[in-house]
Amino acid sequence: MLLQIKNLHVSINGKEILKGVNLEVNKGEVHAIMGPNGTGKSTLAAVVAGKEGYEITQGEILFNGKDISEMPPEVRAQEGIFLGFQYPVEIPGVSMTNFMRTALNEIRRYHGEEPIAAKEFLARMAEKKALVEINSKLTNRSVNEGFSGGEKKKNEIFQMAMLEPKLAILDETDSGLDIDALRIVANGVNKLKTSENATIVITHYQRLLDYIVPDFVHVLFEGEVVLSGGKELALELEEKGYDWIKKEIEKP
Amino acid sequence: MARDEKQLIDKLTQSEYKYGFVTDIETETAIKGLNEDTVRFISAKKNEPDWLLEYRLKAFKKWKEMEQPDWAHLKIPEIDFQEIIYYAAPKKKKELKSLDEVDPELIDTFNKLGISLEEQKHLSGVAVDAVIDSVSVKTTFTDTLAKYGIIFCSFSEAVQNHPDLVKKYLGMAVPPGDNFFAALNSAVFSDGSFCYIPKGVRSPMELSTYFRINTANTGQFERTLLIADEGGYVSYMEGCTAPQRDENQLHAAVVEIITMKDAEVKYSTVQNWYPGNKEGKGGIFNFVTKRGICKGDHSKISWTQVETGSAITWKYPSCILIGDNSVGEFYSVAVTNNYQQADTGSKMIHLGKNTRSTIISKGISAGKSHNSYRGLVKMTKRATNSRNFSQCDSLLLGDKCGAHTFPYIEGANKSSIIEHEATTSKISEDQLFYCQQRGISQESAVSLIVNGYAKEVLNKLPMEFAVEAQKLLSISLEGSVG
Repeated sequence: MLLQIKNLHVSINGKEILKGVNLEVNKGEVHAIMGPNGTGKSTLAAVVAGKEGYEITQGEILFNGKDISEMPPEVRAQEGIFLGFQYPVEIPGVSMTNFMRTALNEIRRYHGEEPIAAKEFLARMAEKKALVEINSKLTNRSVNEGFSGGEKKKNEIFQMAMLEPKLAILDETDSGLDIDALRIVANGVNKLKTSENATIVITHYQRLLDYIVPDFVHVLFEGEVVLSGGKELALELEEKGYDWIKKEIEKP
Repeated sequence: MARDEKQLIDKLTQSEYKYGFVTDIETETAIKGLNEDTVRFISAKKNEPDWLLEYRLKAFKKWKEMEQPDWAHLKIPEIDFQEIIYYAAPKKKKELKSLDEVDPELIDTFNKLGISLEEQKHLSGVAVDAVIDSVSVKTTFTDTLAKYGIIFCSFSEAVQNHPDLVKKYLGMAVPPGDNFFAALNSAVFSDGSFCYIPKGVRSPMELSTYFRINTANTGQFERTLLIADEGGYVSYMEGCTAPQRDENQLHAAVVEIITMKDAEVKYSTVQNWYPGNKEGKGGIFNFVTKRGICKGDHSKISWTQVETGSAITWKYPSCILIGDNSVGEFYSVAVTNNYQQADTGSKMIHLGKNTRSTIISKGISAGKSHNSYRGLVKMTKRATNSRNFSQCDSLLLGDKCGAHTFPYIEGANKSSIIEHEATTSKISEDQLFYCQQRGISQESAVSLIVNGYAKEVLNKLPMEFAVEAQKLLSISLEGSVG
């Protein structure tokens, strides 16, 4: 099992956001986590990636069988966890090329590998850029600086392609995308799928799931996974709305 | 590049101050204290002509009447000028023809710094005038430069061999009574570099001086004079590292640049003197006066500085734009960490018509340090259709440091334009997390972000300096986050 989340309780400033989340993700699977705004979807993503400011009060997060809850974020990344950000930050003056090479080499070093050769690196850049149909000039610019919303999201998928994570968590990658960008992003994700890696897609809408077909859909509501099912669950949600969930769980 | 970064990370995890070792070279030390006899002693030691002794004595007289300035945003411990040694020279003074004759200890020091003369000489094509303490030990490439008529030697040699040039230009940009520290320097300066680029000559190589402060309690009072005659061009680099010391060391250098018609001088500095330990003990006091005069029309002076060292920095490389259409530039990165204090910036004095100036200042504060930008842009009445653009950015790491900006603007004509932009930012948690999420450690992330922030200035440095500067930025900010 790649990722195993057991009875995870998480608080921010004493306020409990996640109230006992359970989730199991195996290699080769695509999971979708859906749910209305403010139910803890992004919190779940951030906690798995190791962002500061979140307190795990109960439960555990196992990655490849290892408890990662005390690991610094860079080590989790080096272990193979990738987070596609909902709002990617700008880093002025740092070129995408330099950023990617630094990241790639730190990951390689963690695994006891030599830094990537310049030629190999450039070839990889070119290949992955083509995959997400990203403008070549974009990688000469500073990280996310002056990128449009769509470019930023494509850039997240580009980085995912470069780093080849074992587990990619895409947090609201579809938000703010027009239909063309959505298709490109989804296409990229699909092409990167192998039997050895897994993807968790976090989304508010069903729309993205027309392009990225999940094996499992989970509904997160008020800090708990209240429903899990196959891809048809997403359609049902789309049709009936989140109020339906509310009513379902309020049933005696 | 990747290898560089690996080395950099190694360095990050190493000692507090990498260059904290002392070279054991025999030193001939003068008596402590400052009076007229000290001034006469220095002048006599150097076998100086009478006019130069007079120059020194006049400066000393002025200095005695002056008070140490206190307008900077700095807390300066009281300096006992009578406790300072004003002259120290290595004992071996015979003429050196090759590197073999240089004290092996010195060669070793340069090797430790990774800037061996040998390497410099053979690989980079840079002529090095190495100043250890107060007297030049070795000048290289002088012969090659001589073919072009370029004079590049120690200041003392220039006094002996080119007295007319020295007499003509000394004090032109920084008069003896200009300020307290300049007056002190003018009275007791020991040595430094002299460079003269004749008419129409572009220097075939970048010129460089490496300074080291080496004897305990020795104030360093270098004097540098660069002149580019009509149509001349030179790029000059000054880099500094110093051995670790517990007692504060005073450094009050003066650098003067004069450019004639169509001439250009590019002056780059990487300053990395001992900043004191993490508790703020020790460290160099760096009170420097650097000024250039664009004397001729269409002339240009460009200052680029990367300041990471010293306990206290008081430094304002400036340009006086006399010639019409002349250009002055100032690009600066100043880093302060722990208890360091820096008050630095530039003055651009526009006197000629259609003159242009640019100031790009990037301050980085960490720890409990204070970092101030102080600048003056002055458009005189005659300086019609002139322009200035100033950009002063401050970057804060942590919440115990301070960044301050003191821009002064004086406009006396209506056709000139002065633009000033200023920003203050922090390295955000989000930026750090973004880097870490990609597998980059926090230290490397800070280094990456800071170098990105300072890129505009680093890009102005000559190649070989830029790499060193990038490393210095990272080393200086070691342990400042998290």
